Amino acid sequence: MPLWIYFAVFAALTAGTLLTWWVSTIDLGMLNTPIALFIATTKAVLVILFFMHVIHSPRLTWVVIIASFLWLGVLFVLTFADYLTRTWKIY
Amino acid sequence: MSSLTSNDARFVEPEGARNYITHDYGALSWLLTKDHKRIAILYLISITALFMLGGFFAVVMRIELLTPEGDLLTSDTYNKFFTLHGIVMIFFFLIPSIPAVLGNFLLPLMLGAKDLAFPKINLLSWYLYIIAAVMGLYIIITGGVDTGWTFYTPFSTQYSNTHVFGVTFAAFIVGFSSILTGLNFLVTIHRMRAPGLTWFRLPLFVWAMYATSIVQLLATPVLAITLVMLMFERVVHVGIFDPALGGDPLLFQHMFWFYSHPAVYIMILPAMGVASEVVAAFTRKKIFGYSFVAYSSLAIAFLGFLVWAHHMFVAGISVYSAMIFSFLSYFVAVPSAIKVFNWTATLYRGSVALLTPMLYILGFIGLFTIGGVTGLFLAAIGLDVHVTDTYFVVAHFHYIMVGGAVMAYMAGLHYWWPKITGRMYPEWWARLAALLIFAGFNLTFFPQFILGYLGMPRRYHAYAPEFQVLNVMSTAGASVLAVGYALPLCYLIWSLWYGRPAGPNPWGAVGLEWTTSSPPPMENFHETPVVTWDAYDYPAMLKAMGETQNV
Amino acid sequence: MSVVTNEHPAHEHHPFLQHHFEDLGQQHEASTLGMWMFLTTEILFFGGLLMAYWIYRIMYPDAWSLGAAQQHALYGGINTIVLIISSLTMALAVRNAQLGKRMATVRMLVATLVFGGTFLLVKSIEYTQHWREGLFPGVHFTWNETPALAPKVQLFMTFYWSLTGLHALHMVIGAGLLIWMIWRAWRGHFGPEYYSPVEVMGLYWHFVDIVWIFLFAFLYLIPAAGGHHG
Repeated sequence: MPLWIYFAVFAALTAGTLLTWWVSTIDLGMLNTPIALFIATTKAVLVILFFMHVIHSPRLTWVVIIASFLWLGVLFVLTFADYLTRTWKIY
Repeated sequence: MSSLTSNDARFVEPEGARNYITHDYGALSWLLTKDHKRIAILYLISITALFMLGGFFAVVMRIELLTPEGDLLTSDTYNKFFTLHGIVMIFFFLIPSIPAVLGNFLLPLMLGAKDLAFPKINLLSWYLYIIAAVMGLYIIITGGVDTGWTFYTPFSTQYSNTHVFGVTFAAFIVGFSSILTGLNFLVTIHRMRAPGLTWFRLPLFVWAMYATSIVQLLATPVLAITLVMLMFERVVHVGIFDPALGGDPLLFQHMFWFYSHPAVYIMILPAMGVASEVVAAFTRKKIFGYSFVAYSSLAIAFLGFLVWAHHMFVAGISVYSAMIFSFLSYFVAVPSAIKVFNWTATLYRGSVALLTPMLYILGFIGLFTIGGVTGLFLAAIGLDVHVTDTYFVVAHFHYIMVGGAVMAYMAGLHYWWPKITGRMYPEWWARLAALLIFAGFNLTFFPQFILGYLGMPRRYHAYAPEFQVLNVMSTAGASVLAVGYALPLCYLIWSLWYGRPAGPNPWGAVGLEWTTSSPPPMENFHETPVVTWDAYDYPAMLKAMGETQNV
Repeated sequence: MSVVTNEHPAHEHHPFLQHHFEDLGQQHEASTLGMWMFLTTEILFFGGLLMAYWIYRIMYPDAWSLGAAQQHALYGGINTIVLIISSLTMALAVRNAQLGKRMATVRMLVATLVFGGTFLLVKSIEYTQHWREGLFPGVHFTWNETPALAPKVQLFMTFYWSLTGLHALHMVIGAGLLIWMIWRAWRGHFGPEYYSPVEVMGLYWHFVDIVWIFLFAFLYLIPAAGGHHG
């Protein structure tokens, strides 16, 4: 992988960090949390794709990563299926 | 039996040839070995010891339940006994049983590989198992633990004054042993197959181990973090699961069962793999619907993750989620049923050889079906509310775990015993033990279905007098079962010295593991095999075997 | 049965090829796949804790923003940048190892270790301050601002300490592995043919970095609860 990509990713990650911090200082109501999550996820994807070379990795690596998040999703979705539908409000 | 017998000239080993057992001598050559076959033996010895310990707790409990009064054990001691029985049998016997013993031994042989992908990690996982087992033994000696194997909060975090921390820590460590075994198997299956051994030529045992390993890899970490939270809460007295401090005890149950329901499939999927191997070998047929059986293993591994809260229907989860989980639970039955139908279809019009492994597997198919169908009863919310925490549940999961997993483990142990040791077990005694185990098992646990349906609650050391007749039957069955399990221990050890030499392929079975000598040499195969046939392809295999005789 | 007499080719055996692999390619694929599967278990390990965190965050949004307000976003921000730099140097170390540049590999690994150490140093300053302020959960926990919310703020701090503590533990293990890798790189073990240990080490290090990216957003930067509760 050419050298400039590493530095470009690094710059993007630094920018993302500053952006998260800046966004957290202004009140966007409901939007703050989704934005913070979106930035963090984007940064994570950049690290995975370029620093961890997944973009050039065999399909099996992709399957392993996607499976991990799929299973984590199962844990979250089915647990929240209980918490968010209880008759007493938790939120 | 067939043209393939132990007398076959090409299998006669040169005088003094070394196998993995005679390759090296001394305790250190075993304790520091990186050979998957030797590690399998280490596991075999350790899980057998733990199985006897777990069995001891069961026997004492059954004696206590002979009479309605609590006369042998106090209620506190009884609580510790059922807890320790559960912990020892689940974490230290059932979960490692088929994968760590038979899987470890056979996977590289079935794949035509020299070893697992990470031999050092394989040894490490045995040591983690032993460290956890020693911790567990220490705790048993110094007072035990009484939370039930489920460690439910807030009892485990606030009220129990037994060794909860130590035993959860032991479970945490043995979890890593299980994760590392699963990881090792997955990488091995992906990267170490012999030339020509494509996915759909793999034995179904390998498919089953693959699915099992997925579950081990993805479920166990969640148990690990849950136990970390429990230990943290118990030591520092924070409120993650304490309602008084804003926590929710149900969260523990959710996260615990996210592991522990799929853990049932860690126990039963390998058993299904053994069943496929044995059914094919003793009917001399291709497994009916190979790809269905293979895919259904993967389907079970995935669907098994979607159903955990059916353990919590009466615990206070929302009605909506209870319905979702009930609905999803029915789906797991589909791939399991596919397997049962396929084995039955394979048996149909086969020339079934009723040797010991086959007897066990016939028992397995029947008992697993009963366990599975009663599982469907329990997945129905209405019926589940009626029988929750009764002996119906106890009977159900023993039909799956003992009638299913242990029967298949015994089948596998007998089927591959000649390969592992190079000796035959005594067939007559083995059949007797198989029949005793089958009869004893049913006598022990079938009455418990009735007891549960009539309302006898589980986990009490005393009970109402009207339940006594069925309890006496159950205890009588347990005695038969104990004799049934003691027999193999005796005659298998006996066979190590006095058993008939087995030769490489006593069953005339196909599969790479039967093409090398018994016991296999250190490097497994004298030459790297090249696979050109499908799994269980008896006619083609026999023909191909004939050709090499001229080489 | 067709059997190929597979005599090992007489070519020189690479010193780091283990006996049960056919060639270095197979060994490399096995070790990277193994590390990815290990990271899978790590994702579910941290993921389980994060799920518990989110359940309580949804239950107690006020306590969560109060708790986050106790964190020094500057420390967290500096540490985020420090870790990102260490990820960059780690990635460069892998690249250098792959290209067979021995000293460049060593330099980049040492840099990674230095930045990792910096992270742990800053983290320990934060821990000391929290400890002094009575923000460690348990019997010493002190919170007088809003007594009604005290147990819930303690819950936040419980997640703060366990999440960052587990993360720091992974950093310490990573630092130990780095020292080993520096020694091996110094001895000239790596080159275009054989660099899987550095690559696998890198995967682990980047994963730990990713965990921190989320922890920074989840533990330091929670805006005062507005909007979605009540």
